Amino acid sequence: MSRNLFKAKQYATSKVYRSRPQELKGSEEEKPNVPQGIMTKCSGCGNVIYTKLLMKNYKMCECGFYFKVSANERLAMILDENTFVEIDPQLTTRDPLNFPGYGDKLIKTQTQTGLVDGLVTGKGLIFGLPTYIGVMDASFFMGSMGTAIGEKLARMFEKATEEHLPVIVYTASGGARMQEGIFSLMQMVKVSAAVAKHSEAGLLYITVLTNPTTGGVTASFAMLGDIILAEPGALIGFAGPRVIEQTIGQKLPEGFQRSEFLLEHGFVDKIVTRDKQKDTIGLLIKLHYKEEERIVWT
Amino acid sequence: MDLTPWEKVKLARMPIRPTGLDYIEWIFKGFVELHGDRLYSEDRAIVGGLAFFDDIPVTIIAQQKGRNTKENIARNFSMPHPEGYRKALRLMKQAEKFSRPVICFIDTPGAFCGIGAEERGQGEAIATNLAEMMMLRTPIISVVISEGGSGGALALGVADKVYMLEHAIYSILSPEGFASILYKDSTKAESAANDMKLTAQDLYKFGVIDNIIPEPLGGAHNDFEFVTGKVRDVISSDLKELMSLSIDEMLESRYKKFRNM
Repeated sequence: MSRNLFKAKQYATSKVYRSRPQELKGSEEEKPNVPQGIMTKCSGCGNVIYTKLLMKNYKMCECGFYFKVSANERLAMILDENTFVEIDPQLTTRDPLNFPGYGDKLIKTQTQTGLVDGLVTGKGLIFGLPTYIGVMDASFFMGSMGTAIGEKLARMFEKATEEHLPVIVYTASGGARMQEGIFSLMQMVKVSAAVAKHSEAGLLYITVLTNPTTGGVTASFAMLGDIILAEPGALIGFAGPRVIEQTIGQKLPEGFQRSEFLLEHGFVDKIVTRDKQKDTIGLLIKLHYKEEERIVWT
Repeated sequence: MDLTPWEKVKLARMPIRPTGLDYIEWIFKGFVELHGDRLYSEDRAIVGGLAFFDDIPVTIIAQQKGRNTKENIARNFSMPHPEGYRKALRLMKQAEKFSRPVICFIDTPGAFCGIGAEERGQGEAIATNLAEMMMLRTPIISVVISEGGSGGALALGVADKVYMLEHAIYSILSPEGFASILYKDSTKAESAANDMKLTAQDLYKFGVIDNIIPEPLGGAHNDFEFVTGKVRDVISSDLKELMSLSIDEMLESRYKKFRNM
């Protein structure tokens, strides 16, 4: 199959130059790993990897570290080539609280990231089968959910219900968008309601939890999938680890709130590495596909 | 006398303020408390049970703060664990089975943050309540009596009618938590309370709640008979209205209410 072309069998890595002063090294490591250069440094093992090879290997390092993936990169990894049709690309927040400084910060973040908000939604094909898909992008306000994300998700679920199509959502979120206050909270109900209607119509909803999935996103649509998948090692929880440590006054155990922890406690169906996600999701959609409800793809 | 948002935060948290069980005792008759989620344990941060409202059997679910330190410890300061939300859902599904309306009293700083709460799926418990309450085929009325903290409050707040007491607050996070996240300084809670728009008056203006239930001068504890009289009036007229609708009409308007937010 053509998709095997994208599975890199080899990695090109070299040791990073390690004799820098500590303080300089620290500040350099905080810089985001934007893979625009020829080489990209892994924050997990410190090795430097050819960016092209990294992309072919689904942005996974051989050490097991997962690089951040933008919404567009994610769509390219999951959907058949050139099949994605975006919906509501320009939908943005109306800053419902008129929160001090928020409007300016939004414009700045939109300019910096090239995104309108932290979620891309649309329709596409996976191995020829149509599906709706929403992908959160944690580079926009930490993927926090405000009214724009809530509205886009609700519209997508409503369209999917009308058209009898499955929905896949990739979550990546620090939780609720603080600057939109109570309206952010209400998005949890709005999206959960649209998910419930889609579910009532007997349609498939798959969530893929990626690093990090926390707060109001965990406590709404992330945990409502018929099937819940997760990327290895992703932080998934309701409260963030720092808040829990402050509340209970003790250190949290190793691996707490990671995908493997959730699997062990029964809250995740399956952990799937990035290179296997398209195969797994494609198979799950096929297992739920009803020929008599076939939608003619235009 | 207009209180500032921060004064309302402090008033809403006063230990003297009436709690869920006080409302149950004053408004309903023949309350029978029912315990446990049938899955893991009993969470005393949420009280649930059956009672008569006038002649109508109803299911009541209330987040319960303690009226003293000892009770507060037993009730975990009204911060529920997942089993609290699962007990609430069990009782709501039971209400649906027996066609009883559900009345919720919301009063929590938030869902509990701790190791056990995460291990047992706090996020999953809240998410499930949101989706299930939206589809529950019986009327739901929710009243925020003091503090409506975050997803922990919302998990009892998906209702056909949502009210707040005049000095209650309802917000995405506590003002302290909000200040700590956005201003990196939890002592800026007072200015956070201003920016957050968390008063009943703000939320009514936004259309997030259906109405405000008035309190006497100084707060609900000063004349509880007055307050419970007002709550009783609201429940009484809402039940008449909701029970006159077909269930499908009611669910359609419940969906639209939150869809438009």
